Amino acid sequence: MNLELKVNGEQWVLDVAAADVLLDVLREQVGTKSPKVGCERGDCGSCTILMDGRSVRSCLVLAVEAEGHDIVTVEGISYEGMSQLQDLFISNNSFQCGFCAPGIVLSATELLELNPNPSRHDVQEALAGNLCRCTGYEPIIDAVLAAGQGQGETP
Amino acid sequence: MTTTFPFEADAKEDELKAVGTDAVRIDGLDKISGAAEFVDDIDFGPGLLHAAIVESPHAFARIVSIDTTEAARAKGVVRVVTGKDFPYKFGMYMEDRYIFAQDHVRFVGEQVAGVIARSHREAVQAAKLVEVEYEVLNPILDPKQAFEEDADLIHPELADYTHVPWFFPKADTNIAHWRKIRKGDTEKAFAEADYVLEDTYFVPRYAHCAIEPHVTVSKLDQADRLTVWTASQSPHTQRHLFAQALEPLGFTHKDVRVITPYIGGGFGGKAGVSMEILGAAMATLVKGRPLKLRWTREQEFYNTYQRQGVTAELKVGVMDDGTITAVEHKLYWDAGAYVEYGANVVNAAGLSATGPYRVPNISNDSLCMYTNLPPGGPYRGFGYSEFHFGLESHMDRIAEAIGMDPVEFRRKNAIVEGDELSYGGHMNPSGMIEAIDKVADAIEWGVEEQSDNPNTVMGKGIALFWKAPAMPPNASSASFLKFNEDGSINITVSGMELGQGYLTVMAQIASEILTVPVEKIRVETPDTDRNPYEWQTVASHVTWSSGLAVEKAAVEARAKIFDVIHQVYGYEDDSLYLENEKVKCKTDPVFEKPLSDFVIDGIQTDEGTWRGGPIIASGKFMPEFTNALSDPETGQGGHPNVHYTVGATGVVVEIDKDTGRIWVRKAALAVDAGKAINPDLVKGQIVGGLVQGLATVLYEDMRFDEAGKMMNPNFTDYKIPTAFDIPDEVVPIIVEVPQPDGPFGARGVGEHTMIAAAPVIANAVYDALGVRIKSMPVTQEKVAMAYLEKSTS
Ligand code: FES
Ligand code: FES
Repeated sequence: MNLELKVNGEQWVLDVAAADVLLDVLREQVGTKSPKVGCERGDCGSCTILMDGRSVRSCLVLAVEAEGHDIVTVEGISYEGMSQLQDLFISNNSFQCGFCAPGIVLSATELLELNPNPSRHDVQEALAGNLCRCTGYEPIIDAVLAAGQGQGETP
Repeated sequence: MTTTFPFEADAKEDELKAVGTDAVRIDGLDKISGAAEFVDDIDFGPGLLHAAIVESPHAFARIVSIDTTEAARAKGVVRVVTGKDFPYKFGMYMEDRYIFAQDHVRFVGEQVAGVIARSHREAVQAAKLVEVEYEVLNPILDPKQAFEEDADLIHPELADYTHVPWFFPKADTNIAHWRKIRKGDTEKAFAEADYVLEDTYFVPRYAHCAIEPHVTVSKLDQADRLTVWTASQSPHTQRHLFAQALEPLGFTHKDVRVITPYIGGGFGGKAGVSMEILGAAMATLVKGRPLKLRWTREQEFYNTYQRQGVTAELKVGVMDDGTITAVEHKLYWDAGAYVEYGANVVNAAGLSATGPYRVPNISNDSLCMYTNLPPGGPYRGFGYSEFHFGLESHMDRIAEAIGMDPVEFRRKNAIVEGDELSYGGHMNPSGMIEAIDKVADAIEWGVEEQSDNPNTVMGKGIALFWKAPAMPPNASSASFLKFNEDGSINITVSGMELGQGYLTVMAQIASEILTVPVEKIRVETPDTDRNPYEWQTVASHVTWSSGLAVEKAAVEARAKIFDVIHQVYGYEDDSLYLENEKVKCKTDPVFEKPLSDFVIDGIQTDEGTWRGGPIIASGKFMPEFTNALSDPETGQGGHPNVHYTVGATGVVVEIDKDTGRIWVRKAALAVDAGKAINPDLVKGQIVGGLVQGLATVLYEDMRFDEAGKMMNPNFTDYKIPTAFDIPDEVVPIIVEVPQPDGPFGARGVGEHTMIAAAPVIANAVYDALGVRIKSMPVTQEKVAMAYLEKSTS
């Protein structure tokens, strides 16, 4: 069946089956590889995408449910250079293997949009659905807090 | 203190420009922008085939028959394979494993057959149609049970297996390897000791839980070249094992190519060869078509290496003044169904099971027991995390029994440079005492803390750790280095960027010697056809070993640069030096020649001809001072370990007396990095490793049912830490007592940071509540129950 959706600002019409999962369709048909396959059951967050600005686990969404929605992945927010948050993640050496990074960048981006000046607890809460096995989260949380303060200063 | 480095006659520690700085990771942008490509992200076009594996539902059974007729007929299926197609053994240190099961299955999940289909879904569907008839046997799930004299044999052909010379399997038993250490006279020492403590500690299995599952794509092309793209820590070792195992099909090393892009975490789980051999073998039957095999999260839990469980019987004798006089450590490892890699974990632990202490009389037995659980194997810490739990718990108990402060007791007995090791060699320079003092300081050891909450109590704990790289005595690293027109550099090595920051650290080492900034150096992930040899990225050895190879390549490149300048301008080589990407001369202060002027095109002479040409160099390192020859009965005589890295961990915990819930309020960890090439990345290893270690003691709990089936192979039931489950504060401490043969004095730290995490919690729990938990994990439930029992008795 036909599926129309927007991915990173670009309109797509795709041929999908009813059982197809959005994560697979994004990776295999659209070629957007930053959402990763980590558990396929909603536990790890490595497949996180933004759907109409809200973070969702794309392994739990059927492709047909994305009809008409606006999807953003890390590729989408990186076209025009890194965001302030991404720059801080880089300069802070926040990630190690980086497999969790696309999901965490998006979860943190969403958080900063909803709450430009989050507390440590807010950051922990926003990232609690994204598992990272390498970093112990500390350097990731630090960078998000730093990005938050930066945004808080701008009126 | 100023240290001068062996390969680096000019460099003084206080003049370092790149080494010792918090350089930003050279792979940072790749990973944050989404550019980083992992194996599963590579496109292979419409010809890509998918594989699914038929697995044994039984822990121990004889295969009576396999019927693949239905599966072969199913929609989309290209080929069904079984053990008959590949009757070949493989293994890292001992060849005890078949690609697909032959006549027996020995753990739940073992691969019995494989289906190749045009889509993943079709492969999975068809795999369900393969009919296997089994004669079920009684599984052995406990290492002590496997050790019993009349135990059923899991590998009756053990005597015929080929293995490395430092393994000692016992034919007609389940003992795949028995590492013994006998030093001094333990019997006499225990008899003379003022105090002896003997007890048993239990450590269960654990899963690595890299967030990227194992995945491999293999393709045999029409010209008979086999290329394998794989999420691996070990490209060259994989190539070697693929070539060895598939040799009967006519493959040589030249025909096999392994390409390893970025990898989403390893922790030992992606070392050696596990599921990758299935893909490589199956691909040989579908020539011309790439074949993908990706593990599900469930398979990731039960059909890759697991960290081995251990039952540790420990006896330690001390004198009244606190001097340790004897250690007897019997380690019964639950090594699983195949020990081709795991037996070396057992070996490494046996060599070092005294812990970081000076012990004159030693009796260690480290027993690699076959069981019918998934194959054990390497996991960050490589046996040391496992035995440190009991050992460091025991040290606290002894200190208390003889009325000595646990920190003082450890300071008194800690091994220092020159002390004799259990196998007879001598301890390398180390900053253990400094590490102990700094950690004790950071957690304000000796200062009692009170909780404001009447339901909770505070406690403090301390634990030490040590670990040596466990590797064959001739494990090597190599590097190639080449300059580009603009004076930038490409380096190829075959260590893996597991996340630890290896690529960045290699760039920093080259930058230091060649004065080219880190941002102008690209270090690529491996391709065995193009990158030079590296044994594997394990054992926390690549900063040291591959770092030395890169250092040598950079020194060679510098010599070639000076040689060109000498040929054209006549300056003596030893008068030349590099500064800010230029060649300068001590005897001619006005002379300077930018590298970008000549590192590709050379320099024109007065006659109009040219000298020089592309500057390329190579380096290699092999630890030529080690050997694994030792007396099987005593372990004496060899030099199996290159050096030890040491350190200390301390925590402050708050515990709810009723529920047993533990909060880590503060954790401090000091590790002796020798020289931190990049302190920020070392801190990353400290925080990440510590949290991974804390998870093994606080949250993770692998469960098997009575039939040997893992009951919680997913992240809902096997809990790893989220952003909430971390200490309130971590104090990373870097100690730097240089490793004399290390690059700029560096030694590895990657695994060490999780080793003492479990006993430090057990010790803090005791400090807070007076209850001693002797089995991991130290769950809320165990703590609450033990405290209830103690307060009601
Ligand atoms: S892959 Fe979607 S949450 Fe793990
Ligand atoms: S950086 Fe490896 S999982 Fe997060």
